[in-house]
Amino acid sequence: MRAAGGGPSSYLYRKLKSRLMMGLTLAATVITLLPLFFVLAYLLSKGVTSLNLAFFTHLPKPVGEPGGGMANAIVGTFELIGLASLIGVPIGIGAGLYLNEYGGALSAPARFAADVLIGMPSIVVGIFAYAVLVRPMRGFSALAGGFALGIIMIPLVMRTTEEMVRLVPQELREAALALGVTRWRTTVSVVVRTAAAGIATGVILAIARVAGETAPLLFTAFGNRFWARGLREPIASLTVQVYTYAISPFADWQRQAWAGALVLTAIVLALELGVRWITRGRLKPLR
Amino acid sequence: MDNARTAQAAAIIPVPSGGPQEDAASAPDPDKLKVVELSAFYRGKIALRKIRVDIAANQVTAIIGPSGCGKSTLVRCLNRMHEVQPGNHAEGEVWLDGENIYAPGVDPVQIRRRVGMVFQKATPFPTMSIEDNVTAGLRLNNRRMSRAERDRIVERSLRQAALWEEVRDKLREPGISLSGGQQQRLCIARALAVEPEVLLMDEPCSALDPISTARIEELILELKASYTIVLVTHNMQQAARASDYTAFLLNGDLIEFGETNQIFTNPARRETEEYITGRFG
Repeated sequence: MRAAGGGPSSYLYRKLKSRLMMGLTLAATVITLLPLFFVLAYLLSKGVTSLNLAFFTHLPKPVGEPGGGMANAIVGTFELIGLASLIGVPIGIGAGLYLNEYGGALSAPARFAADVLIGMPSIVVGIFAYAVLVRPMRGFSALAGGFALGIIMIPLVMRTTEEMVRLVPQELREAALALGVTRWRTTVSVVVRTAAAGIATGVILAIARVAGETAPLLFTAFGNRFWARGLREPIASLTVQVYTYAISPFADWQRQAWAGALVLTAIVLALELGVRWITRGRLKPLR
Repeated sequence: MDNARTAQAAAIIPVPSGGPQEDAASAPDPDKLKVVELSAFYRGKIALRKIRVDIAANQVTAIIGPSGCGKSTLVRCLNRMHEVQPGNHAEGEVWLDGENIYAPGVDPVQIRRRVGMVFQKATPFPTMSIEDNVTAGLRLNNRRMSRAERDRIVERSLRQAALWEEVRDKLREPGISLSGGQQQRLCIARALAVEPEVLLMDEPCSALDPISTARIEELILELKASYTIVLVTHNMQQAARASDYTAFLLNGDLIEFGETNQIFTNPARRETEEYITGRFG
């Protein structure tokens, strides 16, 4: 049997080339994974030793006093995420559905605007929130922080919603319409339901992304060494707390910054594992 | 004397826009659908040219023709599904029991509840169980059903679609767990559950193996007792076996329409003869 390429030597050469390419791409993959591994390992080794029950249950101590914790920052992070989701999720999903299901002349510019917004430095979003909320309300607040994070979430949720909804076969929409189901009911009960796992994934990834934001919170939520007594007060968050403690000159605070970073990473990791769990096997019928 | 004259008028005038003459017991209009000068367009490009065809009630009308001749477009115009894709539109009239479904102000959603459709590809809703698939058309139109009523509709529809015996013990399992032929019959059951008057079938067997195809063809013959059926097919044997009337389309024109027997044994037009003898298409 003669191959189109010629004799056995060229076959050997091809095989060698194939091995080489495979080796190079494998090396690239390892180089990608290494930093991730080292960051996690370093974080773990530095952070675990500083973790204790007090870290989760106590407020920060005044300067110079050892001990204390970040209870308010942990709760604050979740509060900010909740506020951000209230804004980002419904608007993002709504806009994503519009782009793919109803389209029209607005689609292309809206898609472009979303991409611009995704690439916008988050600190700029913070400045925007400062201008439209903090200044008129005469003070930093959880509301302003949640608003800034929500603005960051909108285009992320919008684009994943659009992508996920696009995967729903056109035939399913037509099948529903041909049964005499109205357009909006088809969108909600067939399209969104079919794409639900994918949309949930997008939402959680967007949450994970904003949970790690620091810059837009610096001059919106600002930070608070005590419990915030309402949404109109400044509120602590893990990211800002870590930032403040990490650049402080006190060893005890720096130690706690490591612990805070570890907790934050654990939260984000838990969210992403949650995504895996929600979508296990459920995205398959679409692909 | 007045009565006599109305009866006479009804007999002479084929279909007055007033609707079917149910009480003129002698002859309820035998045509369920009348297509009059129907043209269809895709983004301004013409796909059907002034089609005129009458679809007889409780009969199977087959639409045949080579790929791209407009046969799918024609059935999709019969329940206003053609316009679902942006950029499409249709002109002309389609009379359903004396009501022009293209008249201004007609709600296409209402028309689609009366004229059901089965597609080329079986499309059970992937998130729904078998029974939920069957009742989808009702539930998504907010019809409230008691448990007993729902069970009755599920059983009736699945029996009509000749699927009941195969799935009666696994109604809660996902619709997409069924085989291809079963999925297509599930889609037929789903269409029948909303109790349409007309059933449009757009190449329902093209993705099925010969055994599943035979089952669906049998089913079509059973269903025509209760429904008016329009069957699009590119399989001429299927049209010959399953239909009473056949329309032959070519490049968006209706070339010939008549009783299936006549079309297949003694076509009036040369194009028809060439197509059914396999000289092109």
